[in-house]
Amino acid sequence: MSTSAVVTGLGVAAPNGLGTDEYWKATLVGRSGIGPITRFDPSSYPARLAGEVPGFVAQEHIPGRLIPQTDRMTQLALAATDWALRDAGVEPGELPAFDMGVVTASSSGGFEFGQGELRKLWSQGSEYVSAYQSFAWFYAVNSGQISIRNGMKGPSGVVVSDQAGGLDALAQARRQIRKGTPLVVSGGVDASICTWGWVAQLAGGRLSTSDDPARAYVPFDAEARGHVPGEGGAILIVEDAAAARRRGARVYGEIAGYAATFDPGPETGRDPGLGKAIELALADAGAQPSDIDVVFADAAAVPELDRAEAEAINAVFGPRGVPVTAPKTMTGRLYSGAAALDVATALLAVQDGVIPPTSNVEPAADHDLDLVTGEPRRLPVRSALVLARGHGGFNSALVVRAV
Amino acid sequence: MSPFTLVDLKRILLEGAGADDGVDLDGEILDMEFVDLGYESLALLETSSRIEREYHISLDESAMADVTTPRALIDLVNSHLAAAA
Amino acid sequence: MSGRRVVITGMEVLAPGGVGVKNFWELLSGGRTATRRITFFDPSPFRSQVAAEIDFDPEMHGLRPQEVRRMDRAAQFAVVAARGAVADSGIELDSYDPFRVGVTIGSAVGATTGLDQEYRIVSDGGRLELVDHEYAVPHLYEYLVPSSFTAEVARTVGARGPSTVVSTGCTSGLDSVGHAVELIREGSVDVMIAGATDAPISPITMACFDAIKATTPRHDEPERASRPFDGTRNGFVLGEGAAVFVLEELESAAARGAHVYAEIAGYATRSNAYHMTGLRPDGAEMAEAIRVALDEARMPGDQIDYINAHGSGTKQNDRHETAAFKRSLGDHAYRTPVSSIKSMVGHSLGAIGAIEIAASALAMENNTVPPTANLHTPDPECDLDYVPLEARDQLTDAVLTVGSGFGGFQSAMVLARPDRRVA
Repeated sequence: MSTSAVVTGLGVAAPNGLGTDEYWKATLVGRSGIGPITRFDPSSYPARLAGEVPGFVAQEHIPGRLIPQTDRMTQLALAATDWALRDAGVEPGELPAFDMGVVTASSSGGFEFGQGELRKLWSQGSEYVSAYQSFAWFYAVNSGQISIRNGMKGPSGVVVSDQAGGLDALAQARRQIRKGTPLVVSGGVDASICTWGWVAQLAGGRLSTSDDPARAYVPFDAEARGHVPGEGGAILIVEDAAAARRRGARVYGEIAGYAATFDPGPETGRDPGLGKAIELALADAGAQPSDIDVVFADAAAVPELDRAEAEAINAVFGPRGVPVTAPKTMTGRLYSGAAALDVATALLAVQDGVIPPTSNVEPAADHDLDLVTGEPRRLPVRSALVLARGHGGFNSALVVRAV
Repeated sequence: MSPFTLVDLKRILLEGAGADDGVDLDGEILDMEFVDLGYESLALLETSSRIEREYHISLDESAMADVTTPRALIDLVNSHLAAAA
Repeated sequence: MSGRRVVITGMEVLAPGGVGVKNFWELLSGGRTATRRITFFDPSPFRSQVAAEIDFDPEMHGLRPQEVRRMDRAAQFAVVAARGAVADSGIELDSYDPFRVGVTIGSAVGATTGLDQEYRIVSDGGRLELVDHEYAVPHLYEYLVPSSFTAEVARTVGARGPSTVVSTGCTSGLDSVGHAVELIREGSVDVMIAGATDAPISPITMACFDAIKATTPRHDEPERASRPFDGTRNGFVLGEGAAVFVLEELESAAARGAHVYAEIAGYATRSNAYHMTGLRPDGAEMAEAIRVALDEARMPGDQIDYINAHGSGTKQNDRHETAAFKRSLGDHAYRTPVSSIKSMVGHSLGAIGAIEIAASALAMENNTVPPTANLHTPDPECDLDYVPLEARDQLTDAVLTVGSGFGGFQSAMVLARPDRRVA
């Protein structure tokens, strides 16, 4: 019998809400955080909308000494970690240092910080490059800074699998808990809304070029035309269920099942692997399709990817066989933060018995999905399935379940 | 050239390394250890390279390694400035 | 699925001094160094001007022109190494359920070299804050997200199981292979293609290590620039490369008659929670990682025949890990040869941990401990047996290899002959 891993704390930094409460309220009423980019002048680029986290002033949340040495994504991650620990009622200083680990997802590191230093290098000279560049931009920075700030010496790690990474990180957190570490800080927070990051994302060919915040990112819609990037994500406190019970912690739910697969190359003509990931994750959770009350979709908003996802869901659950939602239509796609935020959202859905809506989408009939649009749908949610796909062929599926 | 002062040092420290919340840089800090002010080796590396760029000097690496207080750093910078003048 | 044991049945190494396991081992066992004045760009503006570069012709190693175009150098290394490892193992991956074959590639800095070059173009030499998308190469997204390395490897070997990039700075290689071992042990997969790659020798990387004086400023004798554990060392020498392994569950490897290089008997990682780049001199967290890895291997510390050190050649590292070995192994640390291959192949950041696993397995394979090159002047604070200058023939049944990285990560892995371990 494996140790059960439960989530006891959430820290959210999302474009439509800073902090879990604000985010959840906004999400239930369908309030979007997508709008014209303000961090730089986007007018010369073909895509001009993003989900920016509003009102985050780093000085209010993290020590002054850390600010010059951190990218925005690390500042958001450190703040979200503080909130998650507080939400869990965990005071890290009171726990044995080796009993706490940190496993986060990253996709492109502290890209904005890196852009600043690249600019100094090439326009001014190598002696202008910051002493912090050696780690401020790299993929491991959030796990490292979180472990240092909170005195966490247990097993830590960083996984990079584009948008699938958030689920892969939580699965690794569960693995460490099963191997004997009582508490792991996990999840993902990303922010690369800088011109250099933007140009790299444009090269990926999946950004929506619409200027209408209400129509730019509409997965499963006949007018799906790519996505809007966002920043932020979620940090989750994952604990050994027995340890959480002993300290009387409030439990959002259990990480009950997980699986990951990889797509074959497009030239092989073979089916993508998302459906297999769903099957394996359900089996890992010991769940039947009928046990799943809602699916949080990856929602790429690229027509062929939407079709592949709808087919994978329908193959397991049957046409319109399960409510499906994509609250990321209100935040944009958050890269390594996306799936972590979806898991946090799924746990809130379990807690409150309500499925948040997919905003702005007119579901295309041929997808045959029961997409929750408009109003949130109130019903008991015991188990939720979260799907995530990363550029290049990564598929991950994770089941959370009420305890 | 005017000498390098504590005011200059505080400005550069704040720009390059920020300040710990509990530390009052406007207090009597000249003879405090950088470590006690919250500045470790990286912060000093960043600070010294900012000073080097701004004042067009190259601080002696081994002398810099021995610097542990603001006064020692200010003296070191001024000795380089005097030598360069 | 408990009790599943994981073995290395194939490997390929791309390291400075020569592509391929044979060249790699000849360099190490000969105690030769592959560090030189940087040739990839003009290093004269930099404080540190030496590196361990690979003379690598991707097309000579089987990459098609379109693959070369779309892949960063580090991705090219990974793909060549993965294909080589699969060939070396003799495994017929087509006969496995593809969903039970996964890939983990470690990398500390991803496509940093490609990003450095492309940034220079889209920013017009750093002039433009609003960088110009019209000048971006079509594969720039693949540079942005290093998960593309694993995607390339998974596609080339036909793996469809759990796959990711592990990026924990300079312990990425150990942690990538350690992660793969965990996936096989828990029963999620049967075979993993696992390793690490980095190709960081670019102006931005040189500049960032210059800024913290981590790399050596010694230029006069490039071949003697990397001096771990030597009293005159003053920083590491940047390297590049990749090593990839085929990992299998022991029984199925035995059933197909595979050659087994070594069992990965134990692995652990811990964090120092102290500083992004600094190390406390006591080595306590690395010692804890070693203790847990030995425990997982069910092996007393005094059975370790050789320690493959992190040995980066910075004063703080060399003292930190010397303390960690004493703390975890007690008096046995003084009786155990310890060496750093970074003296010969430099420090390839995330890749080196995997390259050092290969060196450890080859030490067992050849019953020869590679030396620490350039070690002429002992440091009184580093008082273990660092195998100076010349390789040493000795029976080597169990090896401890360790890594230490920015971010505070400390990792340890125990390799052993499978028949040696108490089941």
